[in-house]
Amino acid sequence: MMGAENHYGLEPPPPREEMETLALVDDDHPSTDPHPLAAVPATLHGGDPLLFPPPSPHSPSSSSPSPSPSSSFLDPPAYADVVFSPFDSQNGTSSGSNSPRCAAAAASEYARITVSDPQKEQETSGSLVPGGGTYVTYLITTKIRTPASGGGGPTEFRVRRRFRDVVTLADRLAESYRGFFIPPRPDKSVVESQVMQKHEFVEQRRSAIEKYLRRLAAHPVIGKSDELRVFLRTPGKLPLSASTDVASRMLDGAVRLPKQLFGEGGGGYAGPQDVVQPAKGGRDLLRIFKELKQSVANDWGGAKPAVVEEDKEFLERKEKVQDLEQQLSTASQQAEALVKAQQDIGETLGELGLAFIKLAKFETEEATYDSQRIRAADIKCLATAAVKASRFYRESNAQTVKHLDTLHEYLGLMLSVHSAFSDRSSALLTVQTLLSDLSSLHARAEKLEAASSKIFGGDKSRIRKLEDLKETIRITEDAKSCAIRGYERIKENNKTELERLDRERRDDFVAMLRGFVVNQVIRSSCLEYDDLLSCSHAVLPNFNILGLGMQRRLPMCGLRKQKKLADMQRRAIKFRIYVKISGF
Amino acid sequence: MISPGSPPGSSSQSPRSPSAPLFLSVTVTDPVKLGNGVQAYISYRVITKTNLPEYQGPEKIVIRRYSDFVWLHDRLAEKYKGIFIPPLPEKSAVEKFRFSAEFIEMRRQALDIFINRIASHPQLKQSEDLRTFLQEDEETMERARSQETGIFKKKPTDLMQIFKDVQSMVSDVVLGKEKPVEESNPEYEKLKHYIFELEDHLAEAQKQAYRLVKRHRELGQSLADFGKAIKLLGACEGDSLGKVFSDLGSKSELLSIKLQKEAHNLLMNFEEPLKDYVRAVQSIKATMTDRANAFRQQCELAETTKLKEINLDKLMLMRSEKAVEAEIEYKELKAESEEATRRFETIVKLMSEEMMRFQEQKTADLGLAFHEFARGQAKLANEIADAWRSLVPKLDACSPSMCS
Repeated sequence: MMGAENHYGLEPPPPREEMETLALVDDDHPSTDPHPLAAVPATLHGGDPLLFPPPSPHSPSSSSPSPSPSSSFLDPPAYADVVFSPFDSQNGTSSGSNSPRCAAAAASEYARITVSDPQKEQETSGSLVPGGGTYVTYLITTKIRTPASGGGGPTEFRVRRRFRDVVTLADRLAESYRGFFIPPRPDKSVVESQVMQKHEFVEQRRSAIEKYLRRLAAHPVIGKSDELRVFLRTPGKLPLSASTDVASRMLDGAVRLPKQLFGEGGGGYAGPQDVVQPAKGGRDLLRIFKELKQSVANDWGGAKPAVVEEDKEFLERKEKVQDLEQQLSTASQQAEALVKAQQDIGETLGELGLAFIKLAKFETEEATYDSQRIRAADIKCLATAAVKASRFYRESNAQTVKHLDTLHEYLGLMLSVHSAFSDRSSALLTVQTLLSDLSSLHARAEKLEAASSKIFGGDKSRIRKLEDLKETIRITEDAKSCAIRGYERIKENNKTELERLDRERRDDFVAMLRGFVVNQVIRSSCLEYDDLLSCSHAVLPNFNILGLGMQRRLPMCGLRKQKKLADMQRRAIKFRIYVKISGF
Repeated sequence: MISPGSPPGSSSQSPRSPSAPLFLSVTVTDPVKLGNGVQAYISYRVITKTNLPEYQGPEKIVIRRYSDFVWLHDRLAEKYKGIFIPPLPEKSAVEKFRFSAEFIEMRRQALDIFINRIASHPQLKQSEDLRTFLQEDEETMERARSQETGIFKKKPTDLMQIFKDVQSMVSDVVLGKEKPVEESNPEYEKLKHYIFELEDHLAEAQKQAYRLVKRHRELGQSLADFGKAIKLLGACEGDSLGKVFSDLGSKSELLSIKLQKEAHNLLMNFEEPLKDYVRAVQSIKATMTDRANAFRQQCELAETTKLKEINLDKLMLMRSEKAVEAEIEYKELKAESEEATRRFETIVKLMSEEMMRFQEQKTADLGLAFHEFARGQAKLANEIADAWRSLVPKLDACSPSMCS
């Protein structure tokens, strides 16, 4: 089915060939779509495989192709499936992915990641929280892109992970990849264990985890990370250090604090290896306090700190990103409203159709005049068209949602951007704090030197203090270098990521707009009304409306046939055009 | 060949008018708000073109208001029992809606249809009240109208009738739920049930049609909002992409306007005919009430006459002086009874002709409405498809990094 679509789209085959090709698409189900109006001779859909090819076998949304005539007009017009299924994103790459992202996706070593098979498992160790004894694990299947050399090694990995592992992965990535736009991980639920029982919640979470992992894999830097590799490939327990909760960290920090304040030298200052992580969320309470003090001084103090954010280009871009976020938010809202309005109109059309069907049935049953029967036939014609159109709109709406989803996704991405920017500013704060530490340390050292030089022969305790201080200064200098290096690295990451955002955003937006526009074209190409026009036209005999000579004549037989043929050709051309612009 | 459907608002010739040698053509047009404050009302220009001898001249223009139409309707309903009087549009319940452009246009269209149906009905068009309506100047009309509302002008039997009607629901009278006196005509019974059920189905269909109009408006609004938002979003982007966003936004706003237009079209040419259908059915129900009343009257009078006859015979046998008086009374009553019987039979005959006429007319009306519906929707769909399709080449030009 997918293959067949590639066939037409690039060259324009003549209409007749077109019809044959389409008729061949699904010839295991010869079309049995007899027109529901028994009384009316103008059965334009009857038995024509072009106009209503039977529903495609793998499309998940088609109703069962029952051949019974009474229900046939309630089935969705099957060409909807033919036209819409190409947009069904069934491949594993990221959602905006029709073509523009395939370069990125092709570079990822992970060809496809699937999350499936949620299982409830029992907590082995005793749990502190009563009733929290079970959790859900998910089967994560990863297919590796086979290297061209055909080297050995498995091409598929399967691991079982729980949500807590996903959180751990996210946290470790956030530590290692500061400054990058890391895709936001799925939310924790506030009332986790209670809500866990529900099947929908599990399904939602499964899907969210899948999306998240795929996005990680598609990121040019993070997709190659060790953390991700380990997550996806190492069976058994996840070998990443687990994140501890805030309370424990604070507790640890509080224990160390006295030592830091009153204890030996060197214990009070952050070492170089710690400095590359932000102070917040760490155990070093003293450092947190210091940086807080520094940030207050930055905001309210008279003196400008030694290093500030000077990169004009960055500041401009930051502003642009903020502007983008605002517009995305509005656009996302309006997109939702649009989708809802489309849905509503489809629904009302369906209800209108049903009301008319009832009316038609009633008139047919109670008919005592010929005019009644004719009217009933007319009404049924309209009703059928309305119901069919309603189904068609429902299909197309699902696609609109998919396309406009890009807006929602980019809005979510803004969170990553914010955290990358805050990585930068907290790194800067660390640098600033260290610089002011250093300057105050140097000042103390000077004072000590000055004081001890006044005493002849030196002051043993003072000299020792000076030694300690010099040691501290050395450590702090190291830390400062580390911090500056870290800061510069983050700045670099921000820059490359911003460039990547601009590039990818452009591609994604173009794809979104195109998809949306094509979807709208197809949506408006609902052929039902053309049918209806021919239907109501053909059926009425001469009528003296109000006895005043207003005539309505039956088109002549020959004319009707010609019209029918013209209709079919017109629809074939329309259909061909729609398929063509849908990109195949 | 199909003549154009609904009359265009501002043309002077209504296409519903006949085109036979003797013709009577009426147009209701040009609504104008008159008066101030609570007294304000809408007046319409009614233009009559005719060559019928009974009329004063080839063309006459008068100014009429809604209550004048109501007057005409009521007079016809009184005089022509058995005929389905064409229905009037409803009074407006909500004050502030009364002067909205849409409401006025809906009403004008309905009044135009109303007057033309009367002018083309074989019996109704000969009515003197119609001539009064179409020709008399405004003061005469006002006098006639205010006379009518005086309850003291009514005859005693009419008064009785009014009280009886007020007491019992229409459906009770017609379906004979509580009154013992009813026709035992199985065909008529069938017709009664048909009409009642038909009203329900039609009301439902009309409700959905109105909802569809609303949905069109809502979609139009959301397209406009979406277009604006997309334009703003595009302003964040670079040149060529930004331009595409801007084009898309503009198209969206354009389509919003088209949707509003189609909503109006649907309202006037699809929903209103359905509403008209409902009103017509209600008019039939009114005639059924008349028929039931006439039947009851006939029975009662027949009953009373018989009693009087028996009484008379008794008196004549007794050679009483009262016999002469009684005979006069009896003769009067007999005449009345015959009159009632005649009235009833007229109604029955008229109704069956009217029923056939009604069915044919409704088939034609609905066919027209559906045609308009399909045409409007198809046109809208094509316009939408074309508008969006024009953007595809621009979008294609915009994506350099597509891999095949």
